[in-house]
Amino acid sequence: MNDTVLLRVTGAGKSFPGVRALDDVDLDLRHGEVHAVVGENGAGKSTLMKLLSGIDRPDSGEFLLDGRPYTPSNPRHAQELGISIIHQELNLMADLTVAQNIFIGREPRTAGIVLNDRALNRRTGQLLARLGLPLEPTDLVGDLTVARQQMVEIAKAMSFNARVLIMDEPTAALNDTEVTTLFGLIRQFVTPATGVIYISHRMHELAQISDRITVLRDGHYIDTLDTASASVPQVISLMVGRDVATQQRPPTTTRTGECVLSVRGLGTKALLRDVSFDLHRGEILGFAGLMGAGRTEVARAVVGADRKEAGTITVHGREVAIARPADAAKAGIGYLSEDRKRYGLLLGASVRDNIALASLPMFTNRLGFVADGKIGAAAAGQVSKLRIRTPSAAQLAQNLSGGNQQKAVVAKWLVRDCDILIFDEPTRGIDVGAKEEIYALLDDMAAHGKAIIMISSELPEVLRMSHRIAVMCAGRLTAVLDNADATPEKIMHFATHFGAEGTVTS
Amino acid sequence: MTPTAPTAASTVAPTGNAATARNPVLAWLAGSVQQLLAVASLIAILVFFSFASPYFFTPSNLIGILMAATVTGILALGTTFVIVSGGIDLSIGTGMTLCGVMAGVFLTNWGWPLWAGVLGAVLFGGLIGFLNGLSVSVLGLPPFIATLGMMLIASGLALVISGTKPIYFKSQPSFQLLMNQSVIPGHRFPLGVVIFLVLIVLSAVVLAKTILGRYAFSIGSNEEATALSGVNVARWKIIIYTVSGLFVGVAGVLAASRLSSAQPVGGLGLELEAIAAVVIGGTSLQGGRGSIAGTVVGSLIVAVLTNGLRVTEVPQEWQSVAVGCVIIAAVYVDMLRRKRA
Repeated sequence: MNDTVLLRVTGAGKSFPGVRALDDVDLDLRHGEVHAVVGENGAGKSTLMKLLSGIDRPDSGEFLLDGRPYTPSNPRHAQELGISIIHQELNLMADLTVAQNIFIGREPRTAGIVLNDRALNRRTGQLLARLGLPLEPTDLVGDLTVARQQMVEIAKAMSFNARVLIMDEPTAALNDTEVTTLFGLIRQFVTPATGVIYISHRMHELAQISDRITVLRDGHYIDTLDTASASVPQVISLMVGRDVATQQRPPTTTRTGECVLSVRGLGTKALLRDVSFDLHRGEILGFAGLMGAGRTEVARAVVGADRKEAGTITVHGREVAIARPADAAKAGIGYLSEDRKRYGLLLGASVRDNIALASLPMFTNRLGFVADGKIGAAAAGQVSKLRIRTPSAAQLAQNLSGGNQQKAVVAKWLVRDCDILIFDEPTRGIDVGAKEEIYALLDDMAAHGKAIIMISSELPEVLRMSHRIAVMCAGRLTAVLDNADATPEKIMHFATHFGAEGTVTS
Repeated sequence: MTPTAPTAASTVAPTGNAATARNPVLAWLAGSVQQLLAVASLIAILVFFSFASPYFFTPSNLIGILMAATVTGILALGTTFVIVSGGIDLSIGTGMTLCGVMAGVFLTNWGWPLWAGVLGAVLFGGLIGFLNGLSVSVLGLPPFIATLGMMLIASGLALVISGTKPIYFKSQPSFQLLMNQSVIPGHRFPLGVVIFLVLIVLSAVVLAKTILGRYAFSIGSNEEATALSGVNVARWKIIIYTVSGLFVGVAGVLAASRLSSAQPVGGLGLELEAIAAVVIGGTSLQGGRGSIAGTVVGSLIVAVLTNGLRVTEVPQEWQSVAVGCVIIAAVYVDMLRRKRA
């Protein structure tokens, strides 16, 4: 590494409707450097990478590649200019071969129309040999392990003669040996002419692979540190900031209602390993963790929306078999998805019908006739109780604001009289004022004896609402903290607790 | 003359597109545009043929239209439930044929009493629907594939069971009265049409007023959200396909009764005619939206168009061209509406 700058970003800004995703962010990548970019969910990492890889256009800021203005108009253009990105979700066609994937859209052709497979495979073979990758041009990508698929992506990036390679959480799906191989490849890629921007939540990896670390928070540039002289706690405290700790906490911290839900050894094929926790009456149990830690998966497995591989669920002291959400509802567990529009509401149906959906049999006589009058009365009751702002209960759900849609989903489960409610990102996409109302609603429900799980990616929200906080990392529960003991740093420490074995029980 | 309905259908669509969804009245109007449109098209076609032919608007011809609409219409009523729930059932045409053959087997070959044979054939239709429901819900097959398979199975079984020959209802001469007996002495008002009318009312009530109908709309509107609300979606889908199958059974009995014989071929293609009637009537193939009234109007449009073209002596080949144009126009309107959503 030398100190000359390969890629310089100054004052980058980008807004999306309602969100200032990036505000005055700087980044400089030196020749021969691996530069890590870290930050919490929503810190602006993805947005910055989207600008660099040509997916989105910046609102402001200067981008210089080797001193020349860099303004990619699309990802293909960015690749031609020398910046390639490898997304966390690999963008490969599983049914095509390695060679077909690498040269997709640029296949060697004969007479302009006939694909020349021989030239394609020869060129791919040369490329793979040059990179020392253990792949065959004719391998089907779908048959490869994730680690090898990633190699295909790297080879593809190299085939464009990339000078800057952006890697977004490249180790998320790799085991330790594969990570070692990947790091070897990265070191091999880095020459005095090239550089790597490396995004990861895994603190210990940064020490191994990166030269410098840039921290983003809430769309702002915070600091850039030399890895050699930086410590993990220092990076974490820069990531979460200091202002959070002093904010509001729940009025009463510990409650000792009886245990209403007890989950033991919950596991799924894809992600979850041995997740165990208890939930008490009158309690809000927060679930914190980084994107992909498995919080939503816990909720979906508990209510039977996803298949469980292992684990037992005990409700009010009785073990229950939950194979589908209907069983969970019968046991009094309601799940409010993070994606209201997709999983929570019938957008084209009325508020009234949405509120009645989970408890239609209650409003149905023996002949199967639905008592619309009773539904209307119950819905009107909920509309006024939860202060759902709608001209009438006959309004279509799609015409309500996000906060009021959320209230309608809450009303659905209140009518069903569930006493265990799982809220997944209850305030996502809801404006500030409405957030306060949702918080008040959650507090009120807990005070009236409901047991609540609240999954949230916003640390201030978790700290403000939860009596206890369960922290997840890579499909495992890494800590359950009492609110009084919890700090943003502690939560972030356990949320980045990769590689640690075992799991905790609350 | 063929473009009458299609032009009307495609020009009014943008109006629905432009209507804002903020106002509930406007939203209702926008949602009902295609149904209002269907009624208007039906009236336009009726008026057109009344002027085009003196034989068209006569009691006997109108009864004939209803007779022609009955079998396909009953199939369409049942399959409306399936389509509203976001599914599709391609097996209703050949399933109907198989149910007719089974009626022949029960009554003629096995000598069952009339009521038992008819009931058996109707329940056999329910069984076909139940099996479709299992394929879709339990095996998780796409409805198109599951019922395509059943369409071929039913078509083959009808030939195998009948020995590829029509079965005549010699031992039950009164069987043919089910469709053809006039309920008004001295006039021609066949029992089959009355059964059709009764089923219209019945299915309209079930779809609009019962928990079955409500869940059909919910599942078609957002299956995932309905499941997460604690509704056993798999079970209700089986019930919905079974209901559709019962209508198939009734249609099979009436079709056999009309011809006084169970024909082992002939149902193929009726499923598409029935689906067309449902779609023309404003039920979205995406699910979540639709009505029995719309399906009835859609069935009548197809029947009137076919009859009117015949009465005005347009060659038979052109009749299917006209129906085809109506189907394309109707689906196009459905897509415009989906784009807006």
